[in-house]
Amino acid sequence: MPEPSLLSRRLIFLTGKGGVGKTTVAFALAQAAASSGRRTLVADLQGSGDTREVEVAPGLMHVSIDPQSAMEQYLSVQVPAPAAHLLRQSHLFAAFAMATPGMRELLCMGKFWELAQHERRTADAEPYDLVVVDAPASGHGAALLRAPRTFAEIARVGPIAHQARTIAQTFADPDFTAVLAVTTAEEMPVTETLELQDSLKRGPDPLKLHAVILNALYPRRFSDADTHTLEALRNRGRTSTELRTILDAALAEHARARSQERQEERLRLAFPDRLLTLPYLFEPELKLPQVALLAAELDAQLVGGN
Amino acid sequence: MSDHKHARAMGAEQLLAGRRICVCVGAGGVGKTTTAATLAIGMAMRGQKVVVVTIDPARRLAEALGLETLDNEPQRVFAPGSKRLNDAGLPDIKGELWAVMLDPKRTFDELIDRVSPSPERAAEIKRNGVYRQLSSAVAGSQEFTAIEKLYELAQEDYDLLVLDTPPAHSATEFLNAPGRLNAFLGGGALQALIRPTGLGMRLLGIGATPLLSALRLVTGVDLLTDLTRFLSLLGGMAGDFTARAARVEELLHADTTGFVLVTTAEDRPVQEAIAFRETLRASKMPFVGTIVNRVAPAIHAGTRAGLDGKLAADLADRLLACARDHEVLATRDRANIRRLREGLGEQPLLVVPDLDERLSDASGLFAMQQELFGD
Repeated sequence: MPEPSLLSRRLIFLTGKGGVGKTTVAFALAQAAASSGRRTLVADLQGSGDTREVEVAPGLMHVSIDPQSAMEQYLSVQVPAPAAHLLRQSHLFAAFAMATPGMRELLCMGKFWELAQHERRTADAEPYDLVVVDAPASGHGAALLRAPRTFAEIARVGPIAHQARTIAQTFADPDFTAVLAVTTAEEMPVTETLELQDSLKRGPDPLKLHAVILNALYPRRFSDADTHTLEALRNRGRTSTELRTILDAALAEHARARSQERQEERLRLAFPDRLLTLPYLFEPELKLPQVALLAAELDAQLVGGN
Repeated sequence: MSDHKHARAMGAEQLLAGRRICVCVGAGGVGKTTTAATLAIGMAMRGQKVVVVTIDPARRLAEALGLETLDNEPQRVFAPGSKRLNDAGLPDIKGELWAVMLDPKRTFDELIDRVSPSPERAAEIKRNGVYRQLSSAVAGSQEFTAIEKLYELAQEDYDLLVLDTPPAHSATEFLNAPGRLNAFLGGGALQALIRPTGLGMRLLGIGATPLLSALRLVTGVDLLTDLTRFLSLLGGMAGDFTARAARVEELLHADTTGFVLVTTAEDRPVQEAIAFRETLRASKMPFVGTIVNRVAPAIHAGTRAGLDGKLAADLADRLLACARDHEVLATRDRANIRRLREGLGEQPLLVVPDLDERLSDASGLFAMQQELFGD
């Protein structure tokens, strides 16, 4: 149900527990979109220092957002020149803005929003067809999504409140934005994904998880009967240590695959028709070639999706 | 496995020798919470009175420790002769293990109660919109209150405090967030900003009126009113926050405090660990060592020949493919551990093998304890 249209959204907001491979999945989604001719950007919050938009592959750009420079850009575009100049010069204002609860989050969300607009605010910036936000871990990610709404509530009136409301609406618009969770098939990340879905549903502006991407699924190479054979061989007296190590690896992998099946089942119950899966890659590192493999995998599931 | 021998020669006990506070830091998903609990159990077994502070979601940990729930106040988990240890067939411990699950909102409220001149003032602060937002925002308040809790527990009679840190999107976030909040709460800058004739304004040579009206233009009047109200409620307490922040800083830099880097041997966590090491160095935080979790066991896939006659051809093929895949991981982990040793300097590095599914109960934690502390 969600799949065919996923990549035609303008914004994909990706969150999930730390260590589940969010960044790799963000690039895989972006690569899938770029391969179908969409100018795509991956935006994350690791920003400190270099915050330019850099092309990493044809049609695939990357940027790191840094709240400080997001604020400077905001001021130069949104505030009349003399006042903006005054505020930019003021250390007090910088301290104020950076310390005000929710302000950093709002500035980041504002920047994501701006990146996804057809009419970019920033002079001579080219528009993107799709922006994939590689957001922080679930708790922080959900807080980030809520920041514009909460900020609008405390500020109530004035330009910031007005803009915060616009940004909140954009992120809550399912035609514009898809919120996705990435997880692995382990107990804690799955539990966090289910909780994320609940916490997004709450509040005045409920958000829905568009889909869940189940990452790093182990292969199911062996049947239960196979493992009995392997165990028997392992326990035979004459089996060499070297062979025993190999059998241990196979048995451990099988045990993990079985436990992953149980976690996958929990997800299938909660997200029927909204689950995409990616295999675990036995690779020394995950760079562009591996990302391309995962992108092809996602693409196949999106096209083949019902 | 040579890495293993290294772990045994230099165990977690030496890592924590002479330390009263142990802060576990690292990227998300590397097993920080489990590691913190394991270090705490290990030291409690060896006779210390230990408290471990964990951050949500730690329910599985509570279960592993045999508790229904964890609470914002320390609960005693194990003591000498604990029935729970006995029932699970686990060894007895000489010391005590206590556990806390951080509740940021409550910790924040309690801090306000403590520093407010009167209960009425405390109640009014807690009603303020800016405070409510501040104390319940996930980003920032977890980090701030984790350090607060640590400071609070340091005043009690524990031999060792082990802190599990919140899942930050970048490791340095944990070190920066408390400072940002303190700057806000005790911030002279903000006070000066609001006070029309503040010294800060005059020093900067900016008249208050244009700055304030520029600010009003950007933020909207109500936010400013709420903020002004909040800051005037904090009034004389700003000094307390600043003094407290200074004492917390001192505690974190003390030579009885040790930061333990937790990582896996995968690419990204390793990069982050090395970057975090730099941050600790730059901020002069005491770094005591690294724990590398979930390291793939050494394996040599060899050739089909060794399997001939032992297994059906098809199963032998799959077994060999599996072994080759795992050899890739084992080689990767070894290379990354070398990178860590080069990037992290002299401090010890302990390697823990992949214990996968076993870490869901107390006996799993005791198994990991053995790996970390050696026998």
